[in-house]
Amino acid sequence: MKDEVTREERVTNLKGLGSSRKRVEDARFTQGKGHYVDDINLPGMLTGDFVRSPYAHARVKSINIDAAMALDGVVAVLTAKDLEPLSLHWMPTLAGDKQMVLADGKVLFQGQEVAFVVAKDRYIAADAVDLVEVEYEELPVLVDPFKSLQSDVVLREDLDPTAPGAHGPRKHHNHIFTWEAGDEEGTNAVIDDADVVATEEMYYHRTHPCPLEPCGSVASMDKVNGKLTLYGTFQAPHVVRTVASLLSGIEEHNIRVVSPDIGGGFGNKVGVYPGYVCSIVASIVTGVPVKWVEDRMENLMSTAFARDYWMKGKISATKEGKITGLHCHVTADHGAFDACADPTKFPAGFMSICTGSYDIPIAYLGVDGVYTNKAPGGVSYRCSFRVTEAVYFIERMIEVLAIELNMDAAELRRINFIKKEQFPYDSALGWEYDSGDYHTAWDKALKAVDYEGLRKEQAERVAAFKRGETRTIMGIGLSFFTEIVGAGPVKNCDILGMGMFDSCEIRIHPTGSAIARLGTISQGQGHATTFAQILASEIGIPADSITIEEGDTDTAPYGLGTYGSRSTPVAGAATAMAGRKIRAKAQMIAAYLLEVHDDDVEFDVDRFVIKGAPERFKTMGEIAYAAYNQAIPGLEPGLEAVSYYDPPNMTYPFGAYVCVMDIDVDTGVPKINRFYALDDCGTRINPMVIEGQIHGGLTEALAVALGQEIAYDDMGNCKTATLMDFFLPTAWEVPNFETDFTVTPSPHHPIGAKGVGESPHVGGVPCFSNAVQDAFRPFGNRHTNMPHDHWRIWKTANDLGLHD
Amino acid sequence: MFALALIELPLLYSEVYRRQGGHRMITSAFEYHRPSDLAGALSVLEEHGDDARVIAGGHSLIPMMKLRMADVPHLIDLQDIADLKGITVEVGTVTIGAMTTQHDLINNKALLAAAPIIHEAALQIADPQVRYMGTIGGNVANGDPGNDMPGLMQCLDATFTLVGPDGTRSVKAREFYEAAYMTEREDGEILTQISFPVTNSGFAYEKQKRKIGDYATAACAVLIAKEDGKVTSASVAMTNLSDVPVLSEAAGAALVGTSCDAIAMKAAVAAALQDIDPTEDNRGPVEFKIHVAGIIISRAIARAWSRA
Ligand SMILES: Cc1cc2nc3c(=O)[nH]c(=O)nc-3n(C[C@H](O)[C@H](O)[C@H](O)COP(=O)(O)OP(=O)(O)OC[C@H]3O[C@@H](n4cnc5c(N)ncnc54)[C@H](O)[C@@H]3O)c2cc1C
Repeated sequence: MKDEVTREERVTNLKGLGSSRKRVEDARFTQGKGHYVDDINLPGMLTGDFVRSPYAHARVKSINIDAAMALDGVVAVLTAKDLEPLSLHWMPTLAGDKQMVLADGKVLFQGQEVAFVVAKDRYIAADAVDLVEVEYEELPVLVDPFKSLQSDVVLREDLDPTAPGAHGPRKHHNHIFTWEAGDEEGTNAVIDDADVVATEEMYYHRTHPCPLEPCGSVASMDKVNGKLTLYGTFQAPHVVRTVASLLSGIEEHNIRVVSPDIGGGFGNKVGVYPGYVCSIVASIVTGVPVKWVEDRMENLMSTAFARDYWMKGKISATKEGKITGLHCHVTADHGAFDACADPTKFPAGFMSICTGSYDIPIAYLGVDGVYTNKAPGGVSYRCSFRVTEAVYFIERMIEVLAIELNMDAAELRRINFIKKEQFPYDSALGWEYDSGDYHTAWDKALKAVDYEGLRKEQAERVAAFKRGETRTIMGIGLSFFTEIVGAGPVKNCDILGMGMFDSCEIRIHPTGSAIARLGTISQGQGHATTFAQILASEIGIPADSITIEEGDTDTAPYGLGTYGSRSTPVAGAATAMAGRKIRAKAQMIAAYLLEVHDDDVEFDVDRFVIKGAPERFKTMGEIAYAAYNQAIPGLEPGLEAVSYYDPPNMTYPFGAYVCVMDIDVDTGVPKINRFYALDDCGTRINPMVIEGQIHGGLTEALAVALGQEIAYDDMGNCKTATLMDFFLPTAWEVPNFETDFTVTPSPHHPIGAKGVGESPHVGGVPCFSNAVQDAFRPFGNRHTNMPHDHWRIWKTANDLGLHD
Repeated sequence: MFALALIELPLLYSEVYRRQGGHRMITSAFEYHRPSDLAGALSVLEEHGDDARVIAGGHSLIPMMKLRMADVPHLIDLQDIADLKGITVEVGTVTIGAMTTQHDLINNKALLAAAPIIHEAALQIADPQVRYMGTIGGNVANGDPGNDMPGLMQCLDATFTLVGPDGTRSVKAREFYEAAYMTEREDGEILTQISFPVTNSGFAYEKQKRKIGDYATAACAVLIAKEDGKVTSASVAMTNLSDVPVLSEAAGAALVGTSCDAIAMKAAVAAALQDIDPTEDNRGPVEFKIHVAGIIISRAIARAWSRA
């Protein structure tokens, strides 16, 4: 058989690694054919809706459901009393704490779930919510974690104040844990002796992932067969199944959890929410399916927030600017329950990546978690566990140190970067960075934006401002970040005891197409596109002939889900490894068909060829067919493989960002003139998908840095629970982003990929913030807190006397 | 008349949270009426009194109904009443039907020539989706201090036509607004049209907002007529800087007779700031709003003067 197609064309046809293949998901999403939880309508289905607390802290004196029950179409109203016999009025959180499902005697934050109304449709349910009469007695409200740690007011009366919590001893009845890393004594000694020390306090405000689709679930208990099916907005469906089994006592094989299309997660859909539990209980009680879907206000007020870290730093250096030590203390506001979604042994996530991209010989991190009268959560909003906080912290400390040293912040970074030859690099706080080439990336970025030219322009603008010729000033925001993603090695990362491996199972069909199922779940990342590309390159079947399926626990292999940029590092690795098993068997089949020894054939793009005689080959299509249609001595029929991948280490993507901004000092309005983002995520699977991820992550970074926050007043009223006040940028507010890259593969990942979905958010927030702060640096600014909305920027100008 | 709207007033939202723990997206049940003429609409209004309310584009009213801040057992949709739509420019007067959408205002050539300030202002309201639905009548009848059209109408010295059971009457925009959501309109009346003189004055509508779709942190409408290098008349009106739109006569007077030089401008801004009374909200504290208002007013005056 003569081959008409060149090797190059065969590679192109596969649409494997490196191809900017169009997203296969988009055909349905752009035509309104996505299938989300709220699209699921089962026969006889009822709808649930919550009565929520108007108070941030109050005793629940009584709940009267009579009027609600009397409304035509209302089937049930559940309260904590109804859940108590099932031990479901409280539920465990991912952080080792427990959380009320429905108010048990008191409420601890505004918007807390008090009763669950179940009715024939959502309209009746909404009317019934108004008819439930709850009598409250207001209690003193604590919204400030520092005051909370001093207060006599006990928030969590359910906890024994003297007993240790899930992460060790508690210092106060409103204290949750102290978590430490590094050498405090040694660090203090270095800092005390240093030439130069910069200290700063910064607040990383509370915000919210606010995915387009809010959270929801549909539970369907089939009492005849004893099977529970649960559809929901789950970033980790298998973990939900295990938790549901442990909570309900229903055996795990009798529970099927399905994550259908998910309209964005960004960490918000990792947690387990009272709505899920209530929909399950209601379905068990009523014997028919029950749907619960929250609205936007409920999403912003009650499901998992992000950040809310009060960070205090000390950084020391020599006169020349070589950093000698770093000390960080965090007061972490966790709200009413500790419902952070972190690996079990990491109550502050990977905050200890806070030494950043710098070779810092000694460091210390201490974190104190605190209860307050705010919504629980503490998820990783588009970042690996608390990495956004860590990178913001170090990138601000670098800027403050540059001010202290009277040095250029780009140069300060350069002289402190971990050098290429130092990798794998052991950080002072215990991480092993896998690979990096920071200097090359930094030089490329600074050159691309003409950094020196920008500084000259800025100096001229400052002079013009001082001469009274202009009322705008210019800021140059820099950030260099190192992410830590791909949790993670089972030896130290688990969620509720489940090791954080991930999985892939592949079946090759006789005609040479395939289906692969994974333990992860896409929420917009494009897994169906990119995982098929990994496989295409591994097994020589075109990506277009490979279906990727995720999210159904009855069919997908067990996995820990999608968050923390872990899908490509972990499930992507499992995919490659499973592909390699397929390839190994294919090799034996090919050798048999070609009547040569296994070792005499080799893989070539989409086929096995005889070494030295490439005109004699068997394509993967022919091999797949042979696997099913003939008996091959010594081999089982079929062509399938499964891989469970436990990564040996995390991966460490990095990047260099520059933002150029104008600020109108009179109105506080910023204008972004340029944003350059260089990302190194190792091997690039699909450059177009990477770019899309970067655009999205930068947009959310802009949001957080310039205005997006969850704010409370002193009474614990949430002031920002609608999209009028909670900032979601549109195309109008978002500048053009210039993207660029370098490639430093991960040495331990099977294809060298590191993950990218969250990098732009992690690196973007400090970059936007540094641009604002840098604009004011020539006028004496050291640090101001985010979000840099108009009035806060205006206030900085005002405090610096720029309005006088 | 007490009307409600989707507004930013934190006062109202915290009231929502207080009452319900803050979640609402479904209105109470209501009866839907869709008359085809004004008489039909008026008679439903008369029949149900307080229990009835007209709906125009719904982009202020429906959010309030969803939040259950407005309970409207009888909703009277005006969209089938053809007489309430359209823009005419005749003998020096512009007349706009109450049900004309903001989108139509933006795209009407005759209006662009007769009062270009409307074009400039309407483009700064909300986003295209809202502007396809939101009407000029709803915007001015609403009584929300955040709405942009009321201040603009005061600047243009517009006249509102109200039709009720007792017939038709006219009210000046400058006399229409009493307090937040309180206007001269009686419960049984429907606003049918808005009219104002054609203007060839220099104009500007300047608005600071946090993002697309946001109400003003501060906004200002200015019209300036010029002859021989001097201001012959000026009107300055402001949005969202008090519980009602604010026309600052003193600011206008400070400009008349001057060449809009720095001193006159300063005097006008100082006068305008005397007339406002902003409140703190998520956009910022009072001190910030006053400062920004001063900047926005002076920019609006400068731009209007440059076009005079
Ligand atoms: C996201 C968003 C952003 C927005 N941003 C802005 C903004 O920046 N600036 C701005 O000005 N507006 C803004 N709006 C409001 C928008 O312009 C509204 O459409 C407008 O305020 C009301 O017009 P409507 O036709 O929708 O009125 P409706 O909502 O239908 O009615 C509003 C009120 O007026 C009454 N009413 C309506 N028509 C009449 C009539 N003919 N006679 C008597 N009473 C009547 C109604 O009974 C109701 O009380 C925004 C709205 C949204 C949803």
